[in-house]
Parts: sequence; C-alpha cells; structure tokens
Amino acid sequence: MSYRLGVDVGGTFTDLLLVHESSGQTWTAKVPSTPSDQSVGVLNGLARVCERAGIEPGLIHHVMHGTTVATNTVLTGTGARCGLVTTCGYRQVLQIARSFVPGGLGGWVIYNKSLPMAPLSCTIEAHERIGAKGEVVTPLDEAALREQLRSLRSRQIEALTVSLVNAFANDVHERRIKAIAHEELPGIPVSLSSEVVPEMQEYERTVTTVANSYVRPRVQRYVHNLQGALAAKSPQVKLHILRSDGGLASSSSAEEYPVNLLMSGPAGGVTGALWVALQAGFRNLLTVDVGGTSTDVALIMNGEPRLRRETTVGDVTVRASSVDIRTVGAGGGSIAHVPELTKALRVGPQSAGADPGPAAYGRGGTEPTVTDANVVLGYLPEMQRLGGDMALRRELAQQAVQKIGTALGKSTEDAARGIYDIVNENMVGALRLVSVEQGHDPRDYALIAFGGAGPLHANALSRLLGSWPSIIPPGPGVLCALGDATTAVRDESARTFIRKFPETTPKEVLRVLRELADDAARALERDKVPRREMRVGYQADVRYHGQGLQLTIAVDLTDLEKRGLAAITEPFDAEHQRLFTFALPLEHEFVNLRAFVQGRGISIKRAPLARGGTSPRAAAVGRQKVHMDGRRHTATVYERAKLRAGNRIAGPAIVIEMDSTTVILPGHHGVVDVHANILIYPDGYRPKPVRRGTKPKARR
Amino acid sequence: MPAKIVQRNKKPLKRVKVDSVTIDIIESALRSARYEMDTVLFRTAMSPGIREQHDEFPMIANVDGKMVVGQFGSFIWGFMQGYDGTVEEGDIFFTSDPYSVNGAVSHANDWLMLMPVYKDGRVIAWSAMFGHMTDIGGKVPGSLPTDARQIYEEGIVVPLVKIFRRGELQQDVLRIILHNCRLPMWNLSDFNAIVAALRTAHNRCVEISTRFGDNVFYSAMDEMLARNKRAMRELIRRTVPEKKQYFEDYVCDDGMGMGPYKIACTMWREGDICIFDFAGTDPQSIGSINFLLNEEMFKMFAGVYMIMVFDPQILFNDGFYDLMDVRIPAGTLLKPMKPAALSCRTHALGRIFDVLGGLLGQGNPSFMCAAGFSDSPHFMYSGYRANGEWFQLYQIGFGGIPGKPFGDGPDGHSLWPSFTNVPNEFLESYFPLRIETYETIPDTGGPGRFRGGNALRIGYRFLEPGEISIHDDRWLTYPWGVNGGLPGARSRKLLVRTDGSEEPLPSKCDRIKVNAGDLLHFDTWGGGGCGDPLAREPERVAFDVDAGLVTVAGAQRYGVVVQGDGKVDQAATERLRAKMAQERGAVALFDRGFESIEELKGRCQADTSLEAPRQPQFTKWARVAAAARPAL
Repeated sequence: MSYRLGVDVGGTFTDLLLVHESSGQTWTAKVPSTPSDQSVGVLNGLARVCERAGIEPGLIHHVMHGTTVATNTVLTGTGARCGLVTTCGYRQVLQIARSFVPGGLGGWVIYNKSLPMAPLSCTIEAHERIGAKGEVVTPLDEAALREQLRSLRSRQIEALTVSLVNAFANDVHERRIKAIAHEELPGIPVSLSSEVVPEMQEYERTVTTVANSYVRPRVQRYVHNLQGALAAKSPQVKLHILRSDGGLASSSSAEEYPVNLLMSGPAGGVTGALWVALQAGFRNLLTVDVGGTSTDVALIMNGEPRLRRETTVGDVTVRASSVDIRTVGAGGGSIAHVPELTKALRVGPQSAGADPGPAAYGRGGTEPTVTDANVVLGYLPEMQRLGGDMALRRELAQQAVQKIGTALGKSTEDAARGIYDIVNENMVGALRLVSVEQGHDPRDYALIAFGGAGPLHANALSRLLGSWPSIIPPGPGVLCALGDATTAVRDESARTFIRKFPETTPKEVLRVLRELADDAARALERDKVPRREMRVGYQADVRYHGQGLQLTIAVDLTDLEKRGLAAITEPFDAEHQRLFTFALPLEHEFVNLRAFVQGRGISIKRAPLARGGTSPRAAAVGRQKVHMDGRRHTATVYERAKLRAGNRIAGPAIVIEMDSTTVILPGHHGVVDVHANILIYPDGYRPKPVRRGTKPKARR
Repeated sequence: MPAKIVQRNKKPLKRVKVDSVTIDIIESALRSARYEMDTVLFRTAMSPGIREQHDEFPMIANVDGKMVVGQFGSFIWGFMQGYDGTVEEGDIFFTSDPYSVNGAVSHANDWLMLMPVYKDGRVIAWSAMFGHMTDIGGKVPGSLPTDARQIYEEGIVVPLVKIFRRGELQQDVLRIILHNCRLPMWNLSDFNAIVAALRTAHNRCVEISTRFGDNVFYSAMDEMLARNKRAMRELIRRTVPEKKQYFEDYVCDDGMGMGPYKIACTMWREGDICIFDFAGTDPQSIGSINFLLNEEMFKMFAGVYMIMVFDPQILFNDGFYDLMDVRIPAGTLLKPMKPAALSCRTHALGRIFDVLGGLLGQGNPSFMCAAGFSDSPHFMYSGYRANGEWFQLYQIGFGGIPGKPFGDGPDGHSLWPSFTNVPNEFLESYFPLRIETYETIPDTGGPGRFRGGNALRIGYRFLEPGEISIHDDRWLTYPWGVNGGLPGARSRKLLVRTDGSEEPLPSKCDRIKVNAGDLLHFDTWGGGGCGDPLAREPERVAFDVDAGLVTVAGAQRYGVVVQGDGKVDQAATERLRAKMAQERGAVALFDRGFESIEELKGRCQADTSLEAPRQPQFTKWARVAAAARPAL
C-alpha cells in the first residue's frame, strides 16, 4: 500500500502527481509556487494531494522531483565562493577558457567576458605534474600546498575544487590534495575533477568541476531541507532528484554531484511528454516547451530522448550528460522590435519577463510581446483566464502591437501576424538543430507541445516542419510531474580510454565495460535497487584517429564477444555515413567507455476519458473573431474539460483550459483521444503506411 | 570567355514582390544554413586548424554570385567571368590559387570550394567555403616558409578545377593533389568535410526555395542585399567624414632581417561612397609576408567593423559593396604580383584590422577601440618519434583583445571568429611535448580606462628532437592604445636549452632544431588600452592585482597605489594620479609607444636582445609599380 509522488516546481505553480504503486491509480494537485523557499509549496501541495486521495502522507515512500535550484544558482550568479587548485602553470585555465570570442568577425568589439565561477584570487597552484600516460612526472610538494591552502582561509571560500592536468589518467595527486584540504580547510566540501568528470580536456573538466562546487552548497541545503521536511510527514520517504539526462539521482548523489542537475526541470518535461506520447502510440517525437521567455525543444527517437555530453546554462557549458534540449529566446514574453536601420521585424531575445509582462496583462507593460500578438490575432480570447484568474486586456495588446504596425507600415493585425510568424520561425530554428542538423527528418516525427504557450504555436510549427500530428496533452504542468513520477533510477560510470583499435583487444574492452557496469550497479545498490531489477547498457565514444568528433555507439557485449571490434566499427561507420554523407578508410580510436544501469520504472494507469460522439458541440462555449493565415475567420471556442474521446474539432478553433490555450488552424482538425490528448492533423492527412526512422538503436 | 552555365530549365527567375516578414524568415533560414555548414565541417574535419581552431569561412551567394550570408569576399562573379568552361548540375569547383581568384583566398593553404545550387534544372544560388590545410607540401612542414621568394616554393597550388563533374569525383586529380601533401589523410578528411558542408547548404537552399517558390527565394535574397545596402548607406553617411582620414601601421619584419613594412590607407567619403585608398603602402616584399588583399573582402571587413561598432543587429552581406571604393596599387604589399610568395600573409591580414580601427575611429573617437591581437601567430613542431613515426604540429596562438569603449579586452583570446585553442591534454597525448605553462602575462595588456587583454605565454617542453617554426609579429612595433590608453606589451620568444642557456628567437623563423628537454617560451602580445588609465576605477585595478593579472608595480601605470593587504591607498592614489596627469599633459588620440621608426630601431637590441631589422629592399619593378600613384 505504498505511493510515489512526482513534483514539478514551476515559476507560478507547483504541480504534483500521486501514484498508487501497485494499481497505478493517480491523483493530481496544483498549488502556487513559493519562490523564496520552494519546499513550502511542495509541502502545501503534498497535503492537498493526500487529502484528495484520502491517504496519510506516511504512505508516500518515494518522492521524485525535478528542480531548477541548480540552474537558477548559475543564472543568478548566487553560488558558492569557490577555491580552485590547479597544476602549476595552469592557474588561469578558467580565465583563458578556450580563447573563444562569440559573435562572428568583429564580435570581440562588443564581447564582455563574464568572470570565472572560481575567482582567480581564490585559485592556487600545486607543484606537481602527471604526464599524458598517467605517469608521475613531478611528485606533489605537500608542504607548499598546505601553505597555499591556508592562504585560502582568509578568502572565506565555501567550496574547493581540485582539477589537475592529466588527472583523468591518474588521480593520485587529486586524491592526496583532497585529504590534505580536509585537514587544512575542515568543513569545506571538496570536488575532484577525476571524480566529477574523469575525461580529457583540462578546461572542460575544470569548469565542470567548479560548476559542481559552485551550485553544491545551495543544492545541498535545498535537498537536505526538503528531505527533512518530507521525512517529518513520512518517515519512510526517499527523495529522488531528476537529473539532466532524464535519470533519477538519490538525494545523496544529487548533493554530491549537483552539476548533473542543471537541466533537471526541463528534463522532467521531456520525460513527461514521452510518457504521454507513448500512451497515445507515438515513439518518434519533437518536444516543444514554450515558456514566458524561452522555448525548450528536444528530439525523442524510438522512445529514447537524445542525449548530449554537455549542458549549457547561460554562458556556462559543462561536461555533463543531459537530454539534448536546445533553448531559443522565444516565448510568450519575447518583445518584438523594428531596428531603425534595417526596418526588419525582430522578435526577442529580450523579454518582458513576468514583470511587467506582456501589455495585455495590464501590469504596466507597453512593449509588444508574442502574447500580445496572440491576443490581437484572437488566439487568446478575452474569456480565457490565464492561470485561472488573470483577465487579458485586448485594447492594451492592440496599442502595443500597433507600434510595430506603424514602424512597418502595416495594419495592427498584419503586424501581429508577422510577430506570430517570426517567433514560430525562431522556434523552428531550434527544432532544426535537434532534427535536421542531427540527420533526422522532422516529417518522421510527431510534435508534442506543452508549457503555457506551446499549444498556441503547435499547429503552425507542425505545418512548417511537416511533423504530424501535433499532440496537445491536457494540463501542461502535470506533464512535468508525470515525467518525474515515471522516471527510473539510473546511474552511469565512464572512463577515458584512448586506444587505437589495433592497440587494444575485445577482451580488454569487455573487461573495462564490465568493471564500469559493476561500479554503476554498486551506486544503485546504495539506493536500494536490487540487482535483478537493473537494466545495464554499454556505450563507447569512438572516432577516426585524429578526428575531433566522437560518436557514441551502443555496444552489445555478446556481439562484441562474437565478432570482435567489428561490432563497433561497423555501426560507427554507418552512423558517420548517415550524419555526414561519408565514411573514411581510417583507423578507429576509442575515446571513452561507459556503462549505465537503470532501475525499474513504474506503470501508471489514468482513468480513460469518457467517450463521446464525433461532434464536440457540447464543449462549445462561444465564438471568437480570429486572424489566421492572413484572413479573418470566426473560430469556435471549446472548453477542454468538456471534450470527450472521439470528438473531432474542425479548425478554425480555440480550445481553452486553465493553464493553456490551443489553436487549431483552418484546414486542420483536432481529434480527442481516450487519454484526453488533442491530436491535430491537416484535413485529408494520410499517415505514411510504413513508419520510417524507427530502426532499432540500442541507446540506453 | 565567361563560364557557360548549363541549365535544362531556361525559364529565368523573376523578380516578385515579397512580403517583408517572408524576407525575414528566409533571412533567418539562410543564416541557420550558414551555421549548419560550420557545424558539419567542424565535426568531420581532421586537421586541428579547422577542427579545433575553426580556420574556415562559409558563404551562400545568390544566383549572381553575391554573398547573402557568410563572411568572406565573394569571388563568384569574377569566377563566372573568367572560367573558360561549363557549369553543370552536380559540379563542384576547387582551387587554392590566390592569383586566379583575386585573393578571395590569400595563400595556397586555404582550399576553396564552390558549388552551384541547382533546383529543377536551373541555378538558384551558390555555396562556397574555404578552410586552412595544415600542410600542402613545399619546402617546410606546414607549408609556410618564411624564406620563400615565389609561390612555387610554398607547396602545391591548385588552379581552378572541376573536382566533381556532374556529381562524380575526379579521383585522379585529387590523388595528384594529396600525393603532394605531408599529411594526406588530414587533407582528404578536410576536403570531404568541405564538400559535405557545401551539400548541406545546397540542400537547405533547395528546401527554402521549395517552401516559398523559386521566384520568392530569388527576390528575397535580392531584397536582403538591398536592405543591407540601405542600412550601410545610412551608417556610412553617419560615421565616415568627407574630410580625408589617414592611418598607417606596420608589419614588423619579413623574417629575412628587413622591416618594418608600412601599410598606409586614406579614407574619406564622397556622397554615399566611402573610399579607401592604400597609396603609400610599401612595395611588395621579396619574401612571403605579402597579402593579396581582395577588394571585396576588404569591404566586408570594413562593413563588419562598422556594423559591430555602431549597430550589431545588421546582417552583413554583399549588398553594400557599391557603396565602397577600395583602391590598392599593384606591386604593393597588399597587391603583390605573381609569382610573389604569399604563405605568411597572416600578419598583414591581421594588421588590416588595426588600420581599419585607426581610420574609422578618427571620425568617431568615442567609439574607438585600441589595437589588439591583430594576427594569428603560428607555431610548428615536427620530427620523427623514436619509433620512426612522423609527427607534425601546427598551432595558432592567442593574445590580448584590445580595450574597447564597451569594456576590457579578454586575456589570451582570439580576435578571429570562432577560433578556439586546442586542449593541452589533447596535445600532450598526441605529440611528444608537455605544456608546462599556459597563462597570461601580467601587465602585458595596455593600461586604460578599459584595459587591453593580456598576452598569452605557452611553455612548450619538447620530448623528442625535431624542428620548430615560428611566425609572429608585433615584436618591434606596439599594439597601440587610444584616447589616453597605453600600448600593450610586445611579443617575444625564448628558447631555454637543457643546459640552462637561453636563446632569444626571432619572431619569424624556420627549421630551428630542438632537443628533448628544451623549453620554448612562446609569448604573444597584449591588447592596447582604451581611454585614460587614470580614469579607471581604482577598485577595478585592485581587483586585477588581486587576480594576478596586473602587478602592484603595474597598477602604478594607472596611478593606483595598492597596499600590502590588496586594498587601494586612496590618498596616495589621488596624489599619484594628480602628478601623472600633470606630467603627461593632454592625452593624444593614439599612443604608438614610439616616436619614430628610427628611435624604435635604435633601442631594438637593448629592448628585445634581437638585432634591429634593416630597411627593406624592394625589387625595382615593384617599387616603380607601387609608386605609380603617389601617396595622398
């Protein structure tokens, strides 16, 4: 009789989803977020959802939580004061970074570099040297190090990072420095580069480890407090935090390696979207999460979100696996403007944010935003109450958008349409990055849109990309909580393993992969996941010797045993050919080997939506004048909660619910399925007879 | 004979009216396509120069060959005029001969490829890209011989050839080319990568054109050019004075003991037209530091610089080229005559940006940036490992970005777009060396209200005997400061042998023998300061001192007295600043760090431990040609 709880903390609302573990029955709740201390909102919601389910909080054994605490710490620059220990000669590794100046030719003129997360004044050098093959070239001068560490005391550092050159090949000095640091700087948490990311490339390893130190105290405090508060309600409870790669971390691992949580929030959205889409029968997906200031997009192939080996937050890029989410500065609050010199219409990346927000919110905003364009076009009807209680003021939106019309010499409606089209184009740009640029044809994918504003743009985006259907799940907030609740515990273990193929043997590769799997499994065992429930997978990062690009290839151990290294070179060449149109007659080379282990997820049953007839008439609540595709139309407005499975909504139509609004364009229709999703298709759409792009690829 | 373009579909593209939002959309789609070309290239190229340091340039041009997105001068129109042959669907053209593309690529290491974009049997656009090859054969590894006198010594020069004929690779041609390179696999991989990038651009153009219609695509590109022209006309009118502005700067030497070489330019406006006249520039060098400067490329540099300083929102393309008139006398350093050697053109290429800054700034001093890291110094190390395996490293160095009216210049960064350094751990695992020092040098950035970035010091410890080459500059002249800012520090190279003896190396040298255990200090140069250093907030100076980027003694150049505890001594600072302001007098627009070339040469030996370069010797015919139009 145990329950698990998924929790998503958003900017406005905290959404919760309670699941009865054996039956899969669910309950949801939505409460206001409490930004000053997010755990307050979480506990309020917990009480609410337990009340709904009629259970005691003590029956909740697992809480799964996607959090933005780590991200916000980086974005607001409010992390710990970090000390850093480098190898002699490398004190400025963060100051120099990769010497990169963004912005194209002449970009340096306007580039102002932000300060490193570990200040130079708190960076010291250790006299030691490890060689490229892991050999000790110069032993560590411990006496000198102690003196230097003592000097950091007066700097009042709150966390310490150790990142030495070639430590990925031999961590002996890093470990020794950690021991000495514990003596000289008691109570200061120490992160080692060889533990956080034992991979080649000194800058990336250092910045990642420093980022870990930087967010660690805040994340630690948050997780610790939340765990404590939850334990007070339910002594048995175990808190899990969603990681950037879509796996779950135990609270202790989250506290130790918080750099893995930078994408925790958005990853919850992607996993939730996947769950919803799988229910509806779609395995190849583009996900679009449209928020107030930005849009996050990702690609899911064959039921697996694409991962990448780095995470970017603001102007910090770290080496930590994350769901390959691309963010574009285009959201409901993005401001439209017309530069004087070019007279071109630009939308974003500046945003009106939550305060004052779009003009239509009537909170003093006067800049024309995407939301205002949506109001002018009639897509956000005045009867819509955003978040349940906020009225929209059409006349203020009109005034704001008119400024763009005047600058372009167009009517207000045409200006609004321009804003809508341009922002869609910007979102398509991000979607192309995850699809076309990675060699995927968007026409092989369905598109699933969430976030408050996603369903306003979904139909238009699907049309631009040819991605059908547009899936509009019910309740965009619950989606993330659903993602949190349905995620399985996961851990991975990786090692840099640079060998040309002729220099190694299948036997050696097998041995290392098995060791790594064992490491990862032990970590999961500490989280009380029994070995028999674990699923293990293996990967190798491989490249042509001398090439910079590495591709991640799934490794099947039996195949490797049977066929030798051809089990890796063949899929590598095929993938290279697919991505870049050629393969090369060159030696292959291993870069990293990796094993990951995953616990079992949970199955959830949600009550099916009651069946209705084809006609959605019973859900119609009004009519609305709209501009769509350059013409005036009258759209029917439907209330989402009144729709029934089997209803077919003909465009032009608007569907409203408390926290989102769906637009269905002329020439399109939406079908309501038993899971309460709306699936939008062009009229007369015929799905391809054979689904392409689903060739089995054992990733994860 | 102009090229004959074979088109199955004879229907000409038509100019139609395009809604301005559609233009915006096509513009952003083309911009994405151009970045996608980069992505494809970086991921598949093999030479570190392209892969890690991103020494490459893509573009997409309209049907007439005008660059619509990208960042190098379009030579396509010139190509169409001069190519005696056919252009057919599936063709890809290839050249590395600067002289046959009027300097669109300026040394033979840059491999340039060009592809017509066909859709439904007719050309709708062009895609092109070039990238720097690590080696193309010739007399030294890396193919950048300091002492070359003719281009024929600098490796294989590929004339304009059709390398893909209707989609089919001309294997034999490619084999001949690769056979002449020391690292043919790198070249092959980079070649393939460029082809893949061109095809990406091709596919994107076809997709966009399919979506909007060929006439709309064609007309939108035209309108993008026109839009850019309107914006640039406005910018030129606002920022370029009618009064003549003159500026000169130098390449310090030619690697053969002669220098400095002067680059001179006069800029003024007549109506809407901005004129750049390089009369007064020194004749071409007998060595390899010549820079065949493509006029269109220079327009793009000038346009980009103006855009960045005054309005970074503008997308630049070829549209404004009619608004600039660039005059470069033949026979000069910037328009050498064939077969002059060109390989080491990087210094003059970089210096062009300092010249531009100096020219444009005079009319708008408040927008003026200092001189900075206007170069990409090269370092090469090659030899045989104990097991007989050949190794060859080519690296680009980084330095101080100039102080600018918007902020400090970053330390040890790149002035070139998208260049990045190569991770040292990568170098150490692939080459027999250890990087013992990788840091910026305190006080090398020019003091100013906005500090110039510091120079970078790399300490290379060699683990195998071999030979090194160095190509750097600004060891004699200084990266100048502006509006009161002081110059940045000059570059220097020092070889420390295993017995402890020290050899200062010249800024440009080839075939220097090194032994296992030798250590090279490769110091680049700093950025000039921008604005009055006495006006910099003392706390910011103290912050830099605390960070180790400026020393306590260096802080005094800002008139700031930093105490033992790292805090500013306010009273002493005020006194010192008052005294310095009085002694200095009014601030000059430029601070070059020397009074005259003679004065500079006079203290050369004492300052640098290197002999002062001799006055350059020119061939008589180059002198005559360069002087055909006298300095203004």
